[in-house]
Amino acid sequence: MNPINFVILAAILFSIGSAAVLLRRNAIVAFMGVELMLNAANLALVAFSRIHGQLDGQVMAFFVMVVAAAEVVVGLAIIIALFRARQTISLDEPAELKG
Amino acid sequence: MLTLTWLLIAVPLASAAVLLLAGRRADAWGHWLGVAASGTAFVVGFVAFLQMLGLESEERATSVHLFSWIPGGELNLDAGLLVDPLSMTFVLLITFVGTLIHVYSVAYMEHDADRRRFFAYLNLFVAAMLLLVLADSYLLLFVGWEGVGLASYLLIGFWNFKREYATAANKAFFVNRIGDLGLIFAMGLMFSYFGALDFDSVLSQAPEATTAQLTAIGLMLLLAACGKSAQFPLQSWLGDAMAGPTPVSALIHAATMVTAGVYLIVRSAPIFNGAPNAQVVVAAVGAFTLILGALIGMAKDDIKKALAASTMSQIGYMMLAAGLGPIGYAFAIFHLVTHGFFKAGMFLGAGSVMHAMNDQVDMRRFGALKGAMVVTWVTFGLGWLAILGVPPFSGFFSKDKIIEAAFVGEGWQPWVFGGAALIGAGLTAFYMSRLFFMTFHGKARWTDEVHPHESPALMTVPMMILAVGSAFLGLFLAMGDRFTHWLEPVTGHAEHHEPVLPVPVLIALTLILVAAGGLLAWLRYGRAEVPETAPSASLATLAARNDFFQDSVNRAVVQRPGQHLTRTLVYVDATVVDGAVNKQARGWAGLGEASRRLQNGQVRSYAATMLVGLVIVVAVIVVGGL
Repeated sequence: MNPINFVILAAILFSIGSAAVLLRRNAIVAFMGVELMLNAANLALVAFSRIHGQLDGQVMAFFVMVVAAAEVVVGLAIIIALFRARQTISLDEPAELKG
Repeated sequence: MLTLTWLLIAVPLASAAVLLLAGRRADAWGHWLGVAASGTAFVVGFVAFLQMLGLESEERATSVHLFSWIPGGELNLDAGLLVDPLSMTFVLLITFVGTLIHVYSVAYMEHDADRRRFFAYLNLFVAAMLLLVLADSYLLLFVGWEGVGLASYLLIGFWNFKREYATAANKAFFVNRIGDLGLIFAMGLMFSYFGALDFDSVLSQAPEATTAQLTAIGLMLLLAACGKSAQFPLQSWLGDAMAGPTPVSALIHAATMVTAGVYLIVRSAPIFNGAPNAQVVVAAVGAFTLILGALIGMAKDDIKKALAASTMSQIGYMMLAAGLGPIGYAFAIFHLVTHGFFKAGMFLGAGSVMHAMNDQVDMRRFGALKGAMVVTWVTFGLGWLAILGVPPFSGFFSKDKIIEAAFVGEGWQPWVFGGAALIGAGLTAFYMSRLFFMTFHGKARWTDEVHPHESPALMTVPMMILAVGSAFLGLFLAMGDRFTHWLEPVTGHAEHHEPVLPVPVLIALTLILVAAGGLLAWLRYGRAEVPETAPSASLATLAARNDFFQDSVNRAVVQRPGQHLTRTLVYVDATVVDGAVNKQARGWAGLGEASRRLQNGQVRSYAATMLVGLVIVVAVIVVGGL
């Protein structure tokens, strides 16, 4: 099986993830989109690792997983804090940083 | 002792500092400290003078190194004093006359609450003037020059609670600044041509410079001298400077301040010797001012302003002599010294009269004071005879020499300059006799409340000493050309030239004019009744009474255009310079306003922006093949 297919799959997953982030108002869903993008990147890293026969990409993928785990913790905490403050998790509601 | 001459400056300066810093605590003894400081300076100066007399005339110039002042690559300047016959002449004049004026002021300012401060300023004045004449470089001279300007400002405005007095002080200060500009320019030119500012280097290199360079420096020095010495066109401050207490007028007019310009020109003799055109301008300014001052003096009813106009005129004589070159330098200084004595004596006399007349200055309300104030009358009379140039009094020897020297030369110059000096002598005789007769002779025209009385001894004794000087100093110094020989190491030896008219004729002409002027004044102001208010007069008299509208002229020629210029500049600054900056700032603000819309607070739009940016980066990498 041609490893380039994995890269293409990664690109598709990344697009779906980014579409979820950009198009959905629900913070949880957008958050899932972010996770999907991270994993798409992981897949691409692993695929490139395979293509080039080096381990660097795989090592990088582990790093990304660790960072993603931490990011989930912080992200969910922010969403909960947001909900407590505003009784909503819509991403369009908070606009205090409007210039 | 010659190396201790720095004490001359240090003692009055220290005394001024003590008097100013000690404040009211020094009120009881401050004036005597001031007198002592000035007296000490005179003693030091006199001892140094005696020591200098013991030296050969070639060795009489002593340089006193004080400290390294400006150690710079291009400009290396030490602060030092130059003690030579010229500066010694000034030192003796300043400290001697200055000390007498100090003594006089003790009594004159007795009832003034700020007498201590007055003496502090007097000491500062003397110290600054001594620094001016003793400095061995133009830059150190400039320090003294500015010190004199400051002290005169403080003293003219001493009674600054009167608004017009404060204005007079400001006027003197501003007009002097214009002259200072000339000195600064002159120093700049000297530095660029000669690379030095000390007298030794500049004056020794002067003969090698081109005429154009020397003329430029000379004219700038003349501008400086005009400011300090109240010569045309910077004469307007002198009359208003009468706002100061009378001893200040005596000090300004006799010993310090106005003589500085003449000193500057004579000190810079090698520069002027190489610039005949500048010399002619100096002589022309002197001749013009001497006539102008005399005409103003003829019309003034204010005794102090008449004396001020007389000073302007007499300094004009000195400038004229200084502009004549080597034949005139010694006579300029000679006249300066004798003038210092008789003018100081007359100002102190005028102060004594004012003291007796409740500070009135209008001569039309004086008259017949000779009975009430015998000492003042006699001392003033000796000064009057001296300034008229009646032989054998001082003024005869000094002024007559200037008139003779002015008639030396060829072409139009001797006739114009000599003629001006000759006519000036007649005018001087008229206005000084007018002043004398209106004050001391004729009928009493006193206002009801005045009771004239002679001044206390502290005031009359200095007047007597100065009167003796007015009477005999000229004769003493002129005997055997003593003074000319004394100054020869500085001014150089002058060949004797014959005037275009024989000397006896000149003397006779001068004396006839003086007698005519004096007689005319006697007929009009001594014998005839003098109206108590100024009668309406011809246009010329009115013009002279108003100082030939010098203030109006200055206002029209200098002040108004200056104001318009500054207003235009302010407008240009506001519209063009500030405008450009403001427009630019507004542009940036608009840009910020536009970019503000991007910050809409929508998280998803930020994410979209990031994604677009990422896409662009990837596209660049892929397409660019990086």
